[in-house]
Amino acid sequence: MSLFAATDRTVRSRRVQRQVRVLFGLMTVLLIIPVLIILALLVVRGGPMISTEFLFEFPTQGMTAGGIFPALLGTIFLVATALLFSVPLGVAAAVYLSEYAPDNMLTRLINLAIINLAGVPSIVHALFGVGAFVLFFGFGTSILAASLTLAIMTLPVVIVATRESLQAVPLAFREACWSMGATRWQTIRRIVLPNAISGILTGVILEVSRTAGETAPIMFTGAAFFLPFLPETILDQTMALSLHLFVVSTQVPHVPDALPYGVALLLILIVLFMNALSIGFRVYLRGRKRW
Amino acid sequence: MTENAAESTLGDANLVLDVRDLSVSYGGTTVLEGVTLQVAEHEIFGIIGPANSGKTSFLRVLSRMDLFNAGMKVTGSIQFLGRDINAWRNVYALRSQIGVVFPLPVGLPLTIYENVALAPRLSGVKDKRRLDEIVEKCLIRAALWDEVKDRLNSLGSLLSGGQQQRLTIARALSQRPKLLVLDEFSIAVDPVTTMRIEDVLRDLREEMTIIMVTNLVQQARRLAKRTAFFLNGRCVEIGETEALFEGKVKDQRTHDYIVGRFG
Repeated sequence: MSLFAATDRTVRSRRVQRQVRVLFGLMTVLLIIPVLIILALLVVRGGPMISTEFLFEFPTQGMTAGGIFPALLGTIFLVATALLFSVPLGVAAAVYLSEYAPDNMLTRLINLAIINLAGVPSIVHALFGVGAFVLFFGFGTSILAASLTLAIMTLPVVIVATRESLQAVPLAFREACWSMGATRWQTIRRIVLPNAISGILTGVILEVSRTAGETAPIMFTGAAFFLPFLPETILDQTMALSLHLFVVSTQVPHVPDALPYGVALLLILIVLFMNALSIGFRVYLRGRKRW
Repeated sequence: MTENAAESTLGDANLVLDVRDLSVSYGGTTVLEGVTLQVAEHEIFGIIGPANSGKTSFLRVLSRMDLFNAGMKVTGSIQFLGRDINAWRNVYALRSQIGVVFPLPVGLPLTIYENVALAPRLSGVKDKRRLDEIVEKCLIRAALWDEVKDRLNSLGSLLSGGQQQRLTIARALSQRPKLLVLDEFSIAVDPVTTMRIEDVLRDLREEMTIIMVTNLVQQARRLAKRTAFFLNGRCVEIGETEALFEGKVKDQRTHDYIVGRFG
């Protein structure tokens, strides 16, 4: 028998390998199908709705016609303000936990708590937001209260994403820097952060898209059913796309069929745009990857 | 330049390092026990010994890198430049006096220029011309300048292993250290580069003191005036390198290691 002839064993393992490949490929296709159907449905039914006046005008006739400008603007406000709080706080906390905190029981407990916090349902965050920001701090139902609620909700994910990208920077870089007489902060600023930034940005941008879609946390804390004017200060209420979608789909009579699809499509487009941005960042920063 | 370092017992006059009864334990494990040794100015001091003999721990303790290892206990005294290292309140100043070269070259994820300019920048040098000067000088000294002078702005981590190791030496030199510490620097470097680095070290001896941990006993013979043999956390023997290699040893284990019976 020649050295290279297939034995029963190799024939069998090759067959198994082919079957596994087909099976797993099928799973992947099954996963993609719903996504494609949703997208196709939205584009076909909601696509015709998207126009400049839809984007830039107020809702009219009891929200059954007109545009969705205040909701679009509101979502951007809410997300931006939420990030303003959660990113500096989250990154600072992650830097502390990853670079400064000693590895002891307390630190591990804190890390565990953060991961658990990421798993808290958003409606619980909403109720916390009502209790803490709307009532206790007296912000009322406002952009500020809603943004802070969103910030609390996104914080754990920002922390985890940041911590993980910090820890992906090899210890050898830190030790080399320390041994030159650099302080921890000098090391963080010059070596660790610049190399972790792409991971941090990706985490943040993914959070943006999640935040944009959240409804429950803002429903009780600052998003309004309908407002005939734009918010003027951070203590005003605002409309938001996610809540608007909920409202026009379930709460308002005689809404034309295409309208909710249009709102949903817009929401998805924003999320996709954010994801594309994050992928773009990744590619750009990977091109400059330093090791 | 002092030539009296040749004497086996060193006077107090120009000691760079005076280590007495140094013990280091990590968790419950003792990694160094009762090490006493002295290193004179402008000396290349070799440390040889098999794996796990405590060589690297010894180097870490010198620049107080043990502070980063929770649970590392250090007893005994280390005098660096006549001062107990624990008395250097400013541990960063202490570290900047001691240049360290690691076994695997660590090209920081910066450009070649920035790798070498980092230490001067950390110590507050901002003037571009001054930085240029330092970078050029250090790269020349590390025998790397000719190879990289046209691409100072490309990444240090893209250099070959041997070039990166010379880059780390240039980086260590940019600290203007009094003491240069090398931990098995040739482990990831080709023989030709090893020879070039050894030449560099011979030249550097005029300006600084060098402690070189090596697992190549012949390298110690080529470079070191005196050599210490570490085994299982103890400093078995310190002597004139040539004498050790000629078999004039006090401890049989030193001889066995040098001639290659173990380790």
